[in-house]
Amino acid sequence: MPRQREGSPFTGLSTIALKEAADHMTSARIHLVLLLILLTAIGAVYAAIGQIKATVSEDQFLFLSLLTTARDPLPSFVAFLGFLLPLVSIALGFDGINGEYNRRTLSRVLAQPIYRDAFLTGKFLGGLLVIAICLLALWLLVTGMGILLLGLPPGGEEVIRGLAFLLASFVYAGVWLAVSLVFSTLFRSPATSALAALALWLIFTIFWSMLAPLIASAFVQIDPYDPVSQLNFIELQRGIARISPQTLYDEMTLGLLNPTTRAFGPVFTSQLKNALMGSPLPLSESLRLVWPQLAGMIAAVVLLFTVAYVSFQRQEIRA
Amino acid sequence: MSPVIETNGLVKRYGRFTAVDHVNLSVEKGEVFGLLGPNGSGKTTTILLLLGLTEPTEGEVRVNGLDPLRQPLAVKSRVGYLPDQVGFYDAMTARENLAYTARLAGLRGTDAAGRIITALSRVRLADVADKRVGTFSRGMRQRLGLAEVILKNADIAILDEPTGGLDPQATQELLELIGSLAHEGMTIVLSSHLLSMVQAVCHRVALFNRGRIGLTGRVSDLTSAVLGGAYEVEVEASGADVPAVLGGAEHVTGIAVAGPGLWRVDADADVRPQIARRIVEAGGALKNMSIRRTTLDEVYVRYFQETKNQQEKKDAEAA
Ligand SMILES: Nc1ncnc2c1ncn2[C@@H]1O[C@H](COP(=O)(O)OP(=O)(O)OP(=O)(O)O)[C@@H](O)[C@H]1O
Ligand SMILES: [Mg+2]
Repeated sequence: MPRQREGSPFTGLSTIALKEAADHMTSARIHLVLLLILLTAIGAVYAAIGQIKATVSEDQFLFLSLLTTARDPLPSFVAFLGFLLPLVSIALGFDGINGEYNRRTLSRVLAQPIYRDAFLTGKFLGGLLVIAICLLALWLLVTGMGILLLGLPPGGEEVIRGLAFLLASFVYAGVWLAVSLVFSTLFRSPATSALAALALWLIFTIFWSMLAPLIASAFVQIDPYDPVSQLNFIELQRGIARISPQTLYDEMTLGLLNPTTRAFGPVFTSQLKNALMGSPLPLSESLRLVWPQLAGMIAAVVLLFTVAYVSFQRQEIRA
Repeated sequence: MSPVIETNGLVKRYGRFTAVDHVNLSVEKGEVFGLLGPNGSGKTTTILLLLGLTEPTEGEVRVNGLDPLRQPLAVKSRVGYLPDQVGFYDAMTARENLAYTARLAGLRGTDAAGRIITALSRVRLADVADKRVGTFSRGMRQRLGLAEVILKNADIAILDEPTGGLDPQATQELLELIGSLAHEGMTIVLSSHLLSMVQAVCHRVALFNRGRIGLTGRVSDLTSAVLGGAYEVEVEASGADVPAVLGGAEHVTGIAVAGPGLWRVDADADVRPQIARRIVEAGGALKNMSIRRTTLDEVYVRYFQETKNQQEKKDAEAA
């Protein structure tokens, strides 16, 4: 039905977003998840510092290695973050809409002069605000630990790379927040929507990298004597793997925090022309390298948000 | 005067089930309009359609001359809504809950704060204004919901079962409140099962039956339409053929046997003197006579009994 609307779609947006953020900041559920993140972050960085001190490498990007260094049995800080950020997002969003429905507050709120989109967008922005605050706090904590325990302040380029990584993490968390909001509009029960989001998260973080080659092999036949077929296979496999936001995020952290990364796929000798093996890529090149991944994730957020919008817009609000 | 609320051939279908079936309503400004009907007869659905909280399958709605789906903000800013089983944010106080709605409704600062106090004291919740709503009883929530409607200072209030969960005293207070709001010029649409209450406050009522409006009009009109009169006289007499004696008498609209020597006379005026005179003139002995105004309850029970009988007859014919 074509429909013309009057009034700003942003009416009430900031009110809803701020209320949402305040609710999250005082909710026990979020406190728990944040505590988990905080402890793992401190643990991972502390372990990394021990490792760095032990090896005494002359690394140009010592500060960045604080984030990426893993010491057995602990994974690195970025690995932890990549694993736990979706959890935070899901905790923030899984009962965003259906929770209001079950508390019977939805019809009361939507009887106020606001658009439904404002409500949905407000929920999303409120969650993003919380994520942004947490990431920033985490970032400051890690920087502080680095300065205090290693006695080294991050260099200019390191700060920029670090902030770019922060932005990537933010968008990555945004994807999962959008996923959980979609489920919260699709399912009436918060338990169902949480389970659905967690299932998707498990598939993408754990099983997707195993599934990608299987799916690819169903489409491309590998001929051991034909390098082109092998290349096709690898390309397809990478393409499928990149459906998972986890893959995109991993590639972005790699590109941003390991400046020596030149490409994510197979590297051709033509690409290595004029390149010193093991030499870091300039910052602008690294940013260009990860740009498609970032754009892809933003597109995913937009797409997911549209799905949530469409499903919410036509819903009957009987509660 | 043009009606404030008007619906035209309103239909809402859920799959093959028709919840609201060609409803035509028209509510004048300042009127208190009651929606009556058994459970599942489509009252709440009609209310949702009026508010644009669900889309009609057919037909149209006009509130203040506006379409709630096309101009939702203009409509919602003029309409207050109390859903049945209203819910609030339990972790927030009564005042905070209202402050949130006030901000969504575009009220800010001291103006809003003042109105919140006024609204809370009108529903006698001022002394618990700073208690968390989680500690409120059902009736208190109901009154808080009403405070929200008052706070908004709307032209139109749509109340879905406003007496749900209220004790007799609170019900009485609610009636007075509704009365005074109507007196201030507010148009009120309410649905209820408490017929005595509807009779006490509503200028006009609509009787819903399986999604259709069976009857609509002033309570006194309905009583004469369904029961044949607004008064019911019980006559206990002997020695006279009461139906014959009273047949053709002025104002008498129906006579039924209510027991041995007992008759029930429907009339549209107080016909007691006339009955007494006629029975005595016919040589009968009048033993007892009592008069009652017929209540809406009887209209209700009788109406739905009749429609049920008709339905059964139709079903039998079809079979
Ligand atoms: N989403 C839905 N899908 C299918 N049927 C529905 C749906 N919502 C309501 N109905 C049906 O529509 C009918 C009307 O429901 P409605 O809530 O309007 O009744 P009501 O008159 O308000 O009843 P009550 O007095 O119990 O509040 C009911 O028979 C109900 O089963
Ligand atoms: Mg109802």
